[in-house]
Amino acid sequence: MSRGEDAFDAAEPLPPRPGHSSNGRLERVLRSGRFAVTAELNPPDSADPRDVYERAMVLSEVCDAINATDASGANVHMSSIGISALLARAGYAAVMQVSCRDRNRIAIQGDVLGAAAMGVSNVLCLTGDGVQVGDQPDAKPVFDLDSISLLETLRQMRDQGKFLSGRAITAPPNIFLGAAANPFVPPYDFRPLRLAKKVAAGAQFIQTNYCFDMPAFEQFMAKVRELGAHERCFILAGVGPLASARAARWMRSNVPGIHIPDATIARLEGAQDQKREGRKLCTELIQQIREIEGVAGVHVMAYRQEELVASIVEDSGVLRDRRLKAQAGTAGRRGDRRGAAAPDREGGNSQNEN
Amino acid sequence: MRAARHWSVRHSRGLMRAYRLVEAALIFVRPVARRIRGHSLERPVVLLERGVKGFLFDCTMCGQCALSHTGMSCPMNCPKSLRNGPCGGVRPNGNCEVKPDMRCVWVEAWAGAQAMADPEAILAVQRPVNHSAVGSSSWLRVADDGSSGTLWMHVRSEADKDSP
Repeated sequence: MSRGEDAFDAAEPLPPRPGHSSNGRLERVLRSGRFAVTAELNPPDSADPRDVYERAMVLSEVCDAINATDASGANVHMSSIGISALLARAGYAAVMQVSCRDRNRIAIQGDVLGAAAMGVSNVLCLTGDGVQVGDQPDAKPVFDLDSISLLETLRQMRDQGKFLSGRAITAPPNIFLGAAANPFVPPYDFRPLRLAKKVAAGAQFIQTNYCFDMPAFEQFMAKVRELGAHERCFILAGVGPLASARAARWMRSNVPGIHIPDATIARLEGAQDQKREGRKLCTELIQQIREIEGVAGVHVMAYRQEELVASIVEDSGVLRDRRLKAQAGTAGRRGDRRGAAAPDREGGNSQNEN
Repeated sequence: MRAARHWSVRHSRGLMRAYRLVEAALIFVRPVARRIRGHSLERPVVLLERGVKGFLFDCTMCGQCALSHTGMSCPMNCPKSLRNGPCGGVRPNGNCEVKPDMRCVWVEAWAGAQAMADPEAILAVQRPVNHSAVGSSSWLRVADDGSSGTLWMHVRSEADKDSP
């Protein structure tokens, strides 16, 4: 078995494979045509790297990459670059989220070079929530770039080896560029076009906001397919377990951009064990999403419920076909990177084809 | 002046036509524009532009007008000053995430763009704001350069063309 390849890249960079932008595992899984799973790591409010590793370990057995959020909800936590670097150092594939809310173009471009130097292969370009929702609403909102000009900037850095100013970069960052999409908020007709605009600006993968409303998501994807955007990027649909009907209501009214249909909340309310029902619902959503043409994977966001992610993904069955025959017995052991999410699946074993 | 701003979006098609006439006139006065741009004579032009566009669009004089690409809804009124479309936080009623009582600038822009002669213009990628040009006249810039220079010009590499 090969060693963790992201850690290898950090120590001794190799040029990406032909047609690839990065050396990262996420890009390779997606380009090989396999259904990908990413998950969000809830950032600690501490300076202890073990807090990151404990959470990463729980997620890693079912994930192709782990998202390090950038002060999401405008709350201060350990930075995304810090978490991404810690993850890369330990051999995990990180998706470094970059929000435009807190840093200007000078800071962001420098951070991306630094992150790439530390072995980070994936960058997710975000606008960012407004400061008013977070724990420091008196902060100055920066928004020097927006998600799309950030994508253009990073693509220019990577492909043309130039900063936004035009100044040359001696070793451009090998990064796989991502962006977010929220199909469930107005202006609805604009949303698929906006996804296509992000793709035109350089987005190679898309992670969507929580999908609870399947009919709305199917409609969105139909329009995306009509535009052909699904052939020019990899779309990972966002999912997550709801802890209870109360938690769902709270999220809906307090977290910007979250759309949870009343029927979903009613289903949780009617259940004996709401937490269990939320988990079951999430598993079902993954199974439904997998059947939608143009969807390349799922992005699991389990806010403060990371311990559920592995079982949700396992139960959904999306990784079952990807598992190597020889390892079927050992896969799933906690922290074993050669389990379901084996770093090297190019071994020619026909069992791992989807 | 939100009322005027909303009127402008509803009349985006007519305003765009009017703007095209102004633009043609501006290019006609290019030699003059070139001479006064960046000098003290730019000041009265800025005052006039601020007055007209301030009334019609709540213009903040970013100096690099993108209205013809944003359905005549000024993106600088977005609390996140987004130049390329709405964020993911728009409320179900179409209002702003940051200012709950304000209609999302981009919900307006999308509506305005549908009425315009070129509804695809809203899909063009806008460059980030040049903060050194804030407060200058966008009209003189158009007269001098021939455009407000806000669009991202692409120089694509070969690898970039066919793969995601």
